[in-house]
Amino acid sequence: MAKTSSAPRPFVKSSNLLSIADLSPTEIGALLDLADTYADDTRKGSKHGKVLKGLTQINLFFENSTRTQSSFELAGKRLGADVLNMAVSASSLAKGETVLDTAMTLNAMRPHLLIVRHQSSGAVELLAQKVSCAVINAGDGQHEHPTQALLDALTIRRHLKRLEGLTVAICGDVAHSRVARSNIALLSKMNVRLRLIAPPTLLPSGAENLGTEIFTDMREGLKGADVVMMLRLQLERMNGSFIPSAREYYRFFGLDQEKLAIANKGALVMHPGPMNRGVEIDSIVADGVQSVIREQVEMGVAARMAVLDALSRNLDTSSKAGS
Amino acid sequence: MMARNPAPTSERRAYVNARLFDPARQLDQTGGVLIEDGVVKWMGDAVTRTSLPEGTNITDVNGALLVPGLVDMRVFTGEPGSEHRETLQSASKAAAAGGVTSIVIQPNTQPVMDDASIIDFVRRRAQDTADVRIYPMAAITQDLDGEKMTEFGLLKEAGAVAVTDAVRSVRNSKVLSRAMKYAGNFNLLLVQHVEDTDLAGGVMHSGESATRLGLPGIPAAAELISLERDIRLVEMTGAPYHAAQISCAASLDVVRHAKDRGLPVSCGVSINHLTLNEHDIGAYRTFFKLSPPLRREEDRKALVAGVADGTIDVIVSSHDPQDADTKRVPFSEAAFGAIGLETLLSAGLSLVHSDQLSLERLIEAMTDAPARLLNIPGGRLEQGGNADLAIVDMTAPWVVDADLLKSASRNTTFETRALEGRVTETIVGGHSVYKLSDH
Repeated sequence: MAKTSSAPRPFVKSSNLLSIADLSPTEIGALLDLADTYADDTRKGSKHGKVLKGLTQINLFFENSTRTQSSFELAGKRLGADVLNMAVSASSLAKGETVLDTAMTLNAMRPHLLIVRHQSSGAVELLAQKVSCAVINAGDGQHEHPTQALLDALTIRRHLKRLEGLTVAICGDVAHSRVARSNIALLSKMNVRLRLIAPPTLLPSGAENLGTEIFTDMREGLKGADVVMMLRLQLERMNGSFIPSAREYYRFFGLDQEKLAIANKGALVMHPGPMNRGVEIDSIVADGVQSVIREQVEMGVAARMAVLDALSRNLDTSSKAGS
Repeated sequence: MMARNPAPTSERRAYVNARLFDPARQLDQTGGVLIEDGVVKWMGDAVTRTSLPEGTNITDVNGALLVPGLVDMRVFTGEPGSEHRETLQSASKAAAAGGVTSIVIQPNTQPVMDDASIIDFVRRRAQDTADVRIYPMAAITQDLDGEKMTEFGLLKEAGAVAVTDAVRSVRNSKVLSRAMKYAGNFNLLLVQHVEDTDLAGGVMHSGESATRLGLPGIPAAAELISLERDIRLVEMTGAPYHAAQISCAASLDVVRHAKDRGLPVSCGVSINHLTLNEHDIGAYRTFFKLSPPLRREEDRKALVAGVADGTIDVIVSSHDPQDADTKRVPFSEAAFGAIGLETLLSAGLSLVHSDQLSLERLIEAMTDAPARLLNIPGGRLEQGGNADLAIVDMTAPWVVDADLLKSASRNTTFETRALEGRVTETIVGGHSVYKLSDH
């Protein structure tokens, strides 16, 4: 066994990870350090199968997401947890079962770690009030997606060796993006200079108070950026409701080689996936040398391993069966 | 008119050593009230323990405030249709505990109060079961569809005191202009929920907080557009119009300007909007999900100033009982509304104690102002008037405990709040319907 950080004491205060807002810069730094180690160890082939041995992890996804669910599943399994995937079908919700009903049912199964994704902002927090295990928010509505922000920060830090003082441009549908909110929260705490780039219809109200610079001209916003973080644009917003068409969006807000050249030399290109190639990002850029998009996926597993490990240390040990 | 009336009693009862307070009559003096046959027989500084006739049942209130029973013109109940949330009886008990002696109930029940027979049903139920006076508002449009007008004349004859589509705004300007003209002809006040439905869309005030919580916002402009349009229609029709609740500072300018032009426009505000702001939502607390939404602190302060200077005519509780099924769900899926009858006056007194509002304006906006707008009895302390009274210990401290409230629902925005000032006794038609000491 190569348990890298054997510190017995918890190093995040909270027993849940519901939002980045609940983490201090020190806690974020510690999580990133741990994730870094897990990333290296995984590449080296070191195993950590005893960290969560005897613990049960349930992935509860009210909203489908193969990628995030697989990432959490892999993270849990690499740490030795028993992982159960629960897809809550539309039918059981149609039968009138509420989030809280589901929470109570699952709680009765006595899991140790509960990973939840839900389409409504705040739903994970509501559920966390009713269960006695550690809850990790895997995305709630348009609110937060904290592990995505951690994996993004980890990816940036591994490439650029720091976070503080960097300029990060977040581009696209900021208004509806939980990824953007979590990244704004995390990167602000780590003293990153943030820019939001979006057409006015996709900027959230009160954006000017979020401590970021705001650009509606992508070229202006990309000048001097060290990282260009693209956001996914949902298809239903391209039909004239928020923007007139995909082709007009691509023309003004799609990241192509010409626009990327405006950013700092060697600027990182990121995307939380899944990508709409030819809408928010050009394939050549997505697959190009500056793209770290595939590495984000790899770091996702490492960051989630770190979060699962950290939160498991705060569990009441008497409930840690078999450890 | 519509309270459960035990056989009229010839018992004489009196409250003495009270601070008689009625802003409508600029009354603020120590004295007493003698009640006989459900009406105020004699009142004033001459009414003392020694001056009252033999055999009078006398209560010495030790200097407590004695005000006209409150009139709350925006109360939602669940009867008919959702009796598990609130019945007329449970609403009336909540009202009595809050010193409210007349409540005006909203028509968005199931079925909707859009027909004289339903108004008649509600009146009878109130007579049989309720402890306070209950007046119904009828729907403006059939089934609240925003299109087809209801029978204003018949509804009025059946007992409706105003027309409103409750939590809906009549969206079609042509329908609304006709409804205004037609209601004006029957001398019925038209009460509108001011909100541009298309622009509103969200679940809380649009701004930084909503963005941080990832919740869709309701911009102030949604209220302003509706209010400004409605006022143009008032100008066109000349019919009396009341905006049920305003929530934004900018709405005050709109109302003020309309009043300055002499238009028959009035408006209300809920006690929630005078005492809370968007930040009270905290981490998705659905009890604070209200329509209109709680807005910025600047708005709250402006609304209090609007009550003080008379731009806002009435204060309502907007009492809206909801249960776990509609509130213990994710914020964006939760129902709007909070209960408030029992905390209305106490929460209002917090504004008085903190010198934000005078006692005169507070009481006037909860008594005489709504009674005059709706042309219903009550709201005043006067000889010969109904003995609808509330006795208030101005400084009694208490902590709100939802489990002890009389409403059948628990969705209060004041849970665990420490309030100062409490109703100690409520009298409707001469009958004591609530005594704090009994509870």
